[in-house]
Amino acid sequence: MRTVVAILTVVAFASVPLWLRDPYLMNALITTGIFIIGAMSLNLLLGFTGQLSLGHIAFFGIGAYVSALTSLGFDAGLPFGFRIVHEPWPPIIGFVLAIVVAGLCGYLVGLLSFRVRGAYFVIVTISFAEVVRLVALNWVELTQGPLALTNIPSITIGMPGLGDLTLRTKLQNYYLVLAVAVIAYVLISRLVHSHFGRAMRGLMENETLAVSVGIDVTKTLTLAAVISAGIAGAAGSLYAHYIRIIDPEVFAFINTVTMVIMVITGGKGSLAGPVVGGMIFGLLPVFLRPVMAPEAQWIAYGGVLIVILFVLPRGIVPSLAQRFAKRRSRVEAVAPVAFVKRDAKEHA
Amino acid sequence: MAAPATALKVEQVAVSFGGLVALSDMNFTVGEGEIVSLIGPNGAGKTTAFNVVTGFLDPTHGAVSYRGTALNGLKPHQIADLGLIRTFQRTSVFPNDTVYDNLLVGLHRQGRVGLLEAILGLPRARSSQRRLRERASELIERVGLERRANDLAGSLSYGEQRLVGVALALAAEPSMLLLDEPVSGMNASETHTFVQLIRNIRDRGVTILLVEHDMPMVMSVSDRIVVLNYGRIIAEGPPEMIRNNAAVIEAYLGQGAARA
Repeated sequence: MRTVVAILTVVAFASVPLWLRDPYLMNALITTGIFIIGAMSLNLLLGFTGQLSLGHIAFFGIGAYVSALTSLGFDAGLPFGFRIVHEPWPPIIGFVLAIVVAGLCGYLVGLLSFRVRGAYFVIVTISFAEVVRLVALNWVELTQGPLALTNIPSITIGMPGLGDLTLRTKLQNYYLVLAVAVIAYVLISRLVHSHFGRAMRGLMENETLAVSVGIDVTKTLTLAAVISAGIAGAAGSLYAHYIRIIDPEVFAFINTVTMVIMVITGGKGSLAGPVVGGMIFGLLPVFLRPVMAPEAQWIAYGGVLIVILFVLPRGIVPSLAQRFAKRRSRVEAVAPVAFVKRDAKEHA
Repeated sequence: MAAPATALKVEQVAVSFGGLVALSDMNFTVGEGEIVSLIGPNGAGKTTAFNVVTGFLDPTHGAVSYRGTALNGLKPHQIADLGLIRTFQRTSVFPNDTVYDNLLVGLHRQGRVGLLEAILGLPRARSSQRRLRERASELIERVGLERRANDLAGSLSYGEQRLVGVALALAAEPSMLLLDEPVSGMNASETHTFVQLIRNIRDRGVTILLVEHDMPMVMSVSDRIVVLNYGRIIAEGPPEMIRNNAAVIEAYLGQGAARA
């Protein structure tokens, strides 16, 4: 049943370019898709380990910068008179490096903060994002600072027998984002249903008990942080090669908040939650644009968020799933009684 | 009967929180396959002793060893790896999961496959999952909770949650089980069933250390009893001896009762 729904969803998304020709809407869908991948990675931490990363955009931005710099090349000075010169490499290598470097940053942040957790993790992640933003802003030689990295090449995929395919058009990028999103979804799903996932949930629900049955807290949480950061890095790389220009504004706190809102409204701890929440808050600007100024739109987001959480407090997906399950169990519970009554009448 | 080999050895353990002495100079041993109870009035230091043995608390002084391995400085999950598993007084379940899923979490130590194998769903990971599911059902049956398997653990009665706690501990395949007030909140018939369960577990070769307030239960199940008061051991021996020990009666009932 779940698999059928998942396959139908993927088919539905894959068919969108067949009937949707509007380039503005395609663009909105691609950036939404990229943010949904980011939100899915955040959900792995927030929803399945209970740790709130309020600097999650840092991993996304690091992925974007690593991928852009790998494919653009750079020549930057280091302390003590060293210089580091890098010739441009293919963007696909940048994509892989983005995942690796972001994952490594996730490891360091996890290792530093998971000894204490909770509020400390939140603070460490916020600070980490701010530090990375300041580096991107001020290490002008490497990042061009506020002048932004421009002319980032599109991703090229080597097809065996077909030569290289450079993904320039919106259509191509749409399918690339969809493919990465599906892979990320399957990866996270496999992970949370494995014994690693059960260890994470156990820690979230009752840490003392989880430890007593032999679960290693630091190792489990650090693993979740690495995978989460790696996926966010992949999303950042897609973003850099699609938009083709990035500046330190990518690290803005509001971007993390957007991802958190996507996860919370969709339903944290549910695999489909970030997808649903991401579609709503990713496409809301499209529908609000004709009627509202961008500043006013933020007020509308707040309104939508409050209404959704008021009606469906646990997030859209878990709340609806719960209602559905309740209705089904009510039908099952009521049915036998109804039969008994009818039998009694017939006998009378 | 020859004395069994020593499983757990607690030597000169002392714990103080700031100026408060919770335990002072505690020495006792538990032999392989024994059921030993740790009793004493509230605040005597029983749970503190438990926390020291299972690594949740570092002793200020002294040493604990299990089957010859020193436990000082080991983390709780490392001690669990040695086969020393505990249950808890209050928080004995994962409340938002079903009983069945609780046990799957509890089987963590058995289910270790590589991360990549798990993510790719390789045959070894799949067959390991299948084994875990079978094992979870077995354990639920063993503590008699078959009918509750698909209910959220948090919705179970107090006594049933205790049983889930024990099943969780058994899931970790202990060679020694430490039970912290397992029958508090159980009625007489539940307690009776529980005593049988404990005996049954011991007969399968698991050493048991019990902290409990229910005296009839302790007297009926224990091979030996260690009595704590104000952080020190005031008596130690088989149930009949403890029942008639003047120091123990005084600790529980006051001086007048001991003299009478």
